[in-house]
Amino acid sequence: MNKIVSRTELSDLVVRLEVEAPMIAKARKPGHFVILKLGAKGERIPLTISSADTQKGTITLVVQRVGLTSNKLYNMQVGEEITDLLGPLGRATHIENFGTVLCAGGGVGIAPLLPIVEGMKKAGNKVISVLAARSKNLIMLEDEIRRHSDEVVIMTDDGSYGEKGLITVGVEKIIQREKVDLCVTIGPAVMMKFVSLLTKKYDVPTVASLNTIMVDGTGMCGGCRVSVGGKTKFVCVDGPEFDAHQVNFDEMIMRLGTYKEEEQEEMKKLHQK
Amino acid sequence: MTREESAMTKEEQIAALRAQTWREDLRKSRKTKERTDIPRVEMNEQDPEIRSHNHLEVNLGLTAEQARLEAARCLDCANPTCILGCPVEIQIPSFVKNIERGDFLEAARVLKETSALPAVCGRVCPQEKQCEAQCIYTLKLGKPSVAIGHLERFAADYERESGRISVPELAPKNGKKVAVVGSGPAGLSFAGDMAKYGYEVMVFEALHEIGGVLKYGIPEFRLPNSVVDVEIDNLRQMGVQFMTNCIVGRTITIDELKEQGYCGIFVGSGAGLPNFMNIPGENLIHILSSNEYLTRVNLMDAANPESDTPVAMGKCVAVIGGGNTAMDSVRTAKRLGAERAIIVYRRSEEEMPARVEEVKHAKEEGIEFLTLHNPLEYYGDERGRVKQMRLQKMELGQPDDSGRRRPVPIPGAEVVIDVDQVIVSVGVSPNPLIPNSVEGLEISRWGTIVVDDNMRSSIPAIYAGGDIVRGGATVILAMGDGRKAAASMHAQLSGKE
Repeated sequence: MNKIVSRTELSDLVVRLEVEAPMIAKARKPGHFVILKLGAKGERIPLTISSADTQKGTITLVVQRVGLTSNKLYNMQVGEEITDLLGPLGRATHIENFGTVLCAGGGVGIAPLLPIVEGMKKAGNKVISVLAARSKNLIMLEDEIRRHSDEVVIMTDDGSYGEKGLITVGVEKIIQREKVDLCVTIGPAVMMKFVSLLTKKYDVPTVASLNTIMVDGTGMCGGCRVSVGGKTKFVCVDGPEFDAHQVNFDEMIMRLGTYKEEEQEEMKKLHQK
Repeated sequence: MTREESAMTKEEQIAALRAQTWREDLRKSRKTKERTDIPRVEMNEQDPEIRSHNHLEVNLGLTAEQARLEAARCLDCANPTCILGCPVEIQIPSFVKNIERGDFLEAARVLKETSALPAVCGRVCPQEKQCEAQCIYTLKLGKPSVAIGHLERFAADYERESGRISVPELAPKNGKKVAVVGSGPAGLSFAGDMAKYGYEVMVFEALHEIGGVLKYGIPEFRLPNSVVDVEIDNLRQMGVQFMTNCIVGRTITIDELKEQGYCGIFVGSGAGLPNFMNIPGENLIHILSSNEYLTRVNLMDAANPESDTPVAMGKCVAVIGGGNTAMDSVRTAKRLGAERAIIVYRRSEEEMPARVEEVKHAKEEGIEFLTLHNPLEYYGDERGRVKQMRLQKMELGQPDDSGRRRPVPIPGAEVVIDVDQVIVSVGVSPNPLIPNSVEGLEISRWGTIVVDDNMRSSIPAIYAGGDIVRGGATVILAMGDGRKAAASMHAQLSGKE
């Protein structure tokens, strides 16, 4: 069950894993995520599904090693199995012909953005993708994104590829240049916060896909709760996508730090092994 | 149960069992006065000071001598009202009298005819509100009831520890497949009964472990996982199959199940969604639902350094609520090293929904009770971690819809308390996953699945029970629903309806 059938390093931080999961592959839609757990004593973490192949019965996950489980995942090899894999979870992305859709993905957020770019294009939208990362080696899946986009803008913090500057610079240029009907943003919480502030200024409706701490992923624990429009929502069952202009990103960023100390301890242990 | 017995009415069955020669002889072996003079047995317990620092079971069970003496208190009434108090209608006098005569395995067999999980029920059922409330000692004699719950636990534990676990008699396989959604008490009870009727049963569970609330919710010190696992193994022996990491409606659709030949589906997906109070500061760090807290500690074993799952271990922990889940949370916090572990409840102790035994145990373990207090707001430190809470003092007013006196704020009476962790345990709402993903299913405005008297939903092939129907009840009521749904679905599928 859940065997890794292919593994591609997209950078020294990011790996793409193709995992055998025929039922999930068949049922998933853009925007859905899975919960996985490694080993008997593993933790449960959410990961957005990047793509799926119903013929082969596989799903693709793109993992950036940041914490304990993502580091373990990064080190897994072809033939190894993910102990527990549950999905697809969350509400699927609302896809229709909006007109012009701007897809803004940062870092590892580019991976879950891919099926949305694909879906939006298929629905007849003009799709403009803005991809951003710290430097060239962290810009991933560029070819795949290009395949389904009318235009791709690359932004890097250090100017090693595309244009130098933050994602907001690229997004703002597009919005000033032409009418954008919808912006979809996925990436680090801070990035989504600033994209959201920017698009709010220009009154461009924006959807953000949130990645919070979760345990079960089915609505049971409430660890993933965020404030949206002043109301508490559960990312796992009410999301993961929300109207970005209503999301309290500062609270979300604060809550993401809940287990920072514990995580650092675990990482120390992992490196000692 | 033999074929002849199943053709009888409930009353005739009870009378037939009671008329067995050994039962008559046993009844005559002691005078009623001798029986009623025996004081009710006291459960053996771990010392409070010791147990508040470990996760081992608080209750240690009865010895065989204690059990037989307690069983002798039972008067083997001609009209055993205790059975009426039991949601799954266990043949109570029958199993109790087997204990009295020393046939503990037979007692366990009687329990398993009607209850899929006797070792669980013997531990977590609120017997004082059910069978024991209907015992003749309670109703007529003004004495403490027969300790039916303790005896149930004794028989189930004896059988498990003997290694001679009996598998209930199964009807011949009828070639029909049924699916169960959720492996909590409702689903397990349904699964056990359907296996007995001869169906092929597959239980789908979203989590990576079987058992639902019995695993993620109820702590080890009240219900050890090993006890639950034996009961699940017992169902496996009966042919029940389990699939973890699978959400019906998501991973697999209802239509796909039908295509695969499942002719009936029982939904026991539970009360998944924890309630919050929606007060300022509630999303601060280290304020979490009891579901999350207990799941981390029980299901994910987060307090064990070997586990990858973290959990904060507060030094001053407030638990909001007065139910069993609140008691489980606060006693867990104490065991994880809290110096102060406090129950904050808006009514008085008298209105607390928690079992009397849980409240007593909590007090013995040094849990503080701040009743007639209700949180208004939480304050955080510079990193967003909760550090204080502001409470409103309450008093009791007129009775409300629930018959309990309504708590009313005392104007201006507020207090601020230092805390570093808050566990919100103010109830749960039904899990929206199934209701949202099955088209045509009638849902109430509370989000529960609407069922008729036979536990059948608006879709004829789908039955439901437990908290997804009730919105938050007990293990035994969920099991009763599962049992009732199994009987109705069996009648439907075998054309007897």
